[in-house]
Amino acid sequence: MSIYKFLVFNNNDPRMTGYLTDAQALGFQHLQGLMVHDLYYIEGQLSQEGLQQLALKLLTDPVTQSIKWIELPGTLASDSPGADAVLLEVALRPGVTDPVAEQIVRAAYEIGIDGVWRAATAQRFVLKFNEPAEQPAVDQIVKNLLANPVIQHWAMGEIIPSFPQEAESSGTVEILPIRSLDQEELLALSRERRAALDLAEMQAVQNYFLKEQRDPTDVEFETIAQTWSEHCVHKTFKARITRDDGQVIDSLIKTYLKSATDKINAPWVISAFVDNAGIIDFDDEFEISFKAETHNHPSAVEPFGGANTGVGGVIRDILGVSAKPIANTDVLCFGSQDLDPNSLPEGVLHPRRIQSGVVAGVQDYGNKIGIPTVNGAILYDEGYTANPLVFCGCVGIAPKGRHHKDPQARDRVAVLGGRTGRDGLRGATFSSMTMDAQTGEVSGASVQIGDPITEKGLIDVIVRARDLGLYNDITDCGAGGLSSAVGEMASSIGCDVDLARVRLKYPGLAPWEIWLSEAQERMVLAVPPEHYPALQELCDTFDTELTYIGEFTGDGRLVVRYGESVVVDMDNEFLHEGIPQRQLKAVIEKVSFKSRAFDIENSNIRDRLLALLSSPNIASKAPVIRLYDHEIQGGTVVKPLTGVEADAPSDAAVIKPMGTKGLKGIVLSNGINPEYGKRDAYQMAWSVMDEAVRNAVAVGADPDRIAVLDNFCWGDPLRPETLGSLVEACRGCHDASLFYGTPFISGKDSLNNEYLGADGQRHAIPPTLLISAIGVIQDVNQAVTMDLKKANNLIYLAGEFLPGSEGVVPIVPASTPGVYRAMHQAIKSGLVKSVHDLSEGGLAVTAAEMCLGGRLGMKVNSEASILFSEVNGCFLVEVAPGKASAFEAQFDGLPICKIGKVIPDPILRISNLDIPLVDLFQAFNNPLHL
Amino acid sequence: MKPKALVLQARGSNRDLDVMDALTLAGADAVGIPLNDLRNRKTLLSDFQLLVVPGGFSYADALGAGKLLALDLASYFVDEISAFVHAGKPVIGICNGFQALVKSGILPGDSSAGQSTLTFNAQGHFECRWVHLRPVSRNCIWTKGLEEIITCPIAHGEGNFQSLGSLAPEQIAISYVHMDGSSANGEYPANPNGSMLDIAGICNPQGNVLGLMPHPENHIHTWQHPRHTRGETGGSGLKLFENGVKYAGDL
Repeated sequence: MSIYKFLVFNNNDPRMTGYLTDAQALGFQHLQGLMVHDLYYIEGQLSQEGLQQLALKLLTDPVTQSIKWIELPGTLASDSPGADAVLLEVALRPGVTDPVAEQIVRAAYEIGIDGVWRAATAQRFVLKFNEPAEQPAVDQIVKNLLANPVIQHWAMGEIIPSFPQEAESSGTVEILPIRSLDQEELLALSRERRAALDLAEMQAVQNYFLKEQRDPTDVEFETIAQTWSEHCVHKTFKARITRDDGQVIDSLIKTYLKSATDKINAPWVISAFVDNAGIIDFDDEFEISFKAETHNHPSAVEPFGGANTGVGGVIRDILGVSAKPIANTDVLCFGSQDLDPNSLPEGVLHPRRIQSGVVAGVQDYGNKIGIPTVNGAILYDEGYTANPLVFCGCVGIAPKGRHHKDPQARDRVAVLGGRTGRDGLRGATFSSMTMDAQTGEVSGASVQIGDPITEKGLIDVIVRARDLGLYNDITDCGAGGLSSAVGEMASSIGCDVDLARVRLKYPGLAPWEIWLSEAQERMVLAVPPEHYPALQELCDTFDTELTYIGEFTGDGRLVVRYGESVVVDMDNEFLHEGIPQRQLKAVIEKVSFKSRAFDIENSNIRDRLLALLSSPNIASKAPVIRLYDHEIQGGTVVKPLTGVEADAPSDAAVIKPMGTKGLKGIVLSNGINPEYGKRDAYQMAWSVMDEAVRNAVAVGADPDRIAVLDNFCWGDPLRPETLGSLVEACRGCHDASLFYGTPFISGKDSLNNEYLGADGQRHAIPPTLLISAIGVIQDVNQAVTMDLKKANNLIYLAGEFLPGSEGVVPIVPASTPGVYRAMHQAIKSGLVKSVHDLSEGGLAVTAAEMCLGGRLGMKVNSEASILFSEVNGCFLVEVAPGKASAFEAQFDGLPICKIGKVIPDPILRISNLDIPLVDLFQAFNNPLHL
Repeated sequence: MKPKALVLQARGSNRDLDVMDALTLAGADAVGIPLNDLRNRKTLLSDFQLLVVPGGFSYADALGAGKLLALDLASYFVDEISAFVHAGKPVIGICNGFQALVKSGILPGDSSAGQSTLTFNAQGHFECRWVHLRPVSRNCIWTKGLEEIITCPIAHGEGNFQSLGSLAPEQIAISYVHMDGSSANGEYPANPNGSMLDIAGICNPQGNVLGLMPHPENHIHTWQHPRHTRGETGGSGLKLFENGVKYAGDL
């Protein structure tokens, strides 16, 4: 068999500019020029004609590219690289998904080129320096800019490619002699296998197998570790917590989150906390579902793949409630983009690299699968340097009454979608541990890369299979892989599956790896045998693989085989109920971080406002937003960017789902504030709940029909102060939820977001709570945007203005729900021309953004001292003079005041100070750290 | 009787339902047909009066956007599609569909096959934004008689039209323009991707096959307009489909 190497040159490659800009920003000043060429390796037996056809028909665009090739061994020179150019090649590591290579093999066959056996892709970089480059400097550039060692390897000069292998499992099963271990040895075993189980949990495992009178297989042990991981079972949120004042909390979920939902008891909540996503009522025909998850640790190690599969994962949660995904949201938290690269902790990627990778990952998955990304946020804080946060949300819609969760004995256990590899192995336990400099290397072999086109196939199949009633239960393969998906589905009924039937991507997987793999784009279905052929036909139509791996049994046991041998035979009740409740201690501190202080003087209003507008957290995110398709599915009524030139930030998204009757729409918004999290977790929770609800109300959502999701990202909960702030945040969620009547319908936590640096210091994130809100608007034509509409309209401040004193989180005024209801009535009655909420940066920033949106000016009569105060529960509202009395009547007895008016001149006039719109524009569009 | 429109669903098509919505509103009987059903002859293209190759990321854009779908079209359906085109039936390829029509040589459909392409946007990245379009060809059955500016979104990374051959003027079907209708003159963002001559869409010499990068199917209702809250009325993308559907119905 021969190997052929093809080198493709692009006449005009836009990738060059991007790499060079990043190189400059990362301090590689000596890099002067850079070229990228694509490399393809083909293993097979090809005639000259076959090679030519492959090169010209398949591998190049004749208009923009040229190509040459050679049979290996041999070298292929780049055209005129120059004598001093450094040439290096970067290829994927063995086992990393290479979708282009797969397509080359498939397409070559389809167009009649015989003899293509396997393929691989790589890239060649030609670097030019303005002084002779030393090897270490080149290594730095490759590591920081051109390749991620987690998924790629590189070589100076020409590289040897690796090809995917024929897939066959190793079949090796180990017995772990757990019964004879002492306490020290139990903990050592937990560490060795990266199980993240504590002593009490290890002892529970030991006791179970003592009772069974045998030792577990590695498959059984890994199954328990995954099922009992923080990620899967939320043991901190279910723990018995003793506060330092003696108060005992038996489960944060039960005490604060679920209990709020139960007390509100909203009739329009269809499913809360029990399924893959929360579900609420939409109209007579449809229900809507919503879920948000994080994918923080994977994104820290491999930003593109981590974010990519984060999006893919939450979409599968929506498929897991038999709904069609119709909108994505993403909230991202990064370290400072201009961080000195030399100050980075060891093993940590530069925040700039993390951001560009994460954004590209979100873009790639959402755009390719065809779901609009309509709402989100990007926040910066030095606390996120080593632990970026990537929150991915997804909304779905489904006809009512079609989603079932009721597997029957004799139903087939069917795996739908992608094949199984080592991807994301031990992801659930990995995400439950503190990261260190080695984390990248250890988990590197198992990094997850997404394949949105395969997941699109899942949508096509599942939506149709649901309508045809072809399955009795469905769930997604997420953390824990098959062990978690099959285990949960069979948790009451029991099942018998054979891992030798699972289709693999490449050889050598041990049974425990197959069972635990977090390979993406897979769902598990319970399919009645009589419906299996129909489902198979659907799958064939949409090029989606379906694999029958076993049956549900009805005997309550989880039995897993590998061919002839039984590798798991456990009592499901032990697996799902046997975990001992954690006993934790919480210390409630008032202020856990130093807060930032502001110096407000009348004289520096202009500078202060411009500085705020160009600060990373407030400045325009348009360059990122435009990378996401927010228009696909045709339902985006209020878009992420709005106004005359579509460059001002919307408060929330409004979407009108395709295929629904009438004009009802869905409203999506979010609230997040790590700065408040550092100061007072309880008030922070109130504030972010308020922010989410306020944003939704601002575009027209009915405040009495809003549901929320919680996502907690915290540090190590075993530290009592950290747990203390988590307890306070949960208490805040509970109280605020009741206050607004907005129930929680689903939630998720990501703990241990800490980084143990080589310096021995712990780097923890600020306590971060994301509240994602989903609401309903009766008529999308009544939606309101934040851009000023017309000169001479009046500007009101609605809501009670109660700023916190310096460094103190502002409280939510008691009148707020009344204000929101009045605002909603005013919007419904057509009295509101524009409205924008007061949030970070206060009234002045709100006014400036409204001016930018409408390309109009505003005169604001306000004392300088309150211009930048942050408050909760307030809006600036634009009202036509003729509607002023009707508007005021709507707010009878509620706090509003006339505070200014819209002016035709492009000027923001505050306290007799004129700030030209063009200056605001410059500041706000000072691009994101570029 | 309503003309029957076939919307081709390839692996990775994703604006299929959007365009079916637009066609339905324009008076067609729109049916989504998976590529495999055509390939297995479960469905015959000749039973339809209108063909749509919709937007998406067929085969994940591997080896260049639309490239592998183009190979599918050229290897499985070359006779059926050319019969369809020669019969004068309307064909439209949007975004990824346009890329596939160009890379398969169905467009420009003249003697210059293989000399045109849609390559990376001049800005070097994917972009989603609303653009303004002027229907210019009087020969193209899709744009004939359309006087008003069409406003609709783009969402692509490889929409930069370049041709080494000479395109006949009447084959330039749709151009990017400024909001006021003046020529974009290559200026970003009115011309969002660097296409030569501000080309947003081209047609074949007969005028029945149109390919375009922007998504008129995503502007068929007023509330989709980015400035509908500022009182602007919308839906300007629908007319293009009404033209094509009417033509198909009159055949």
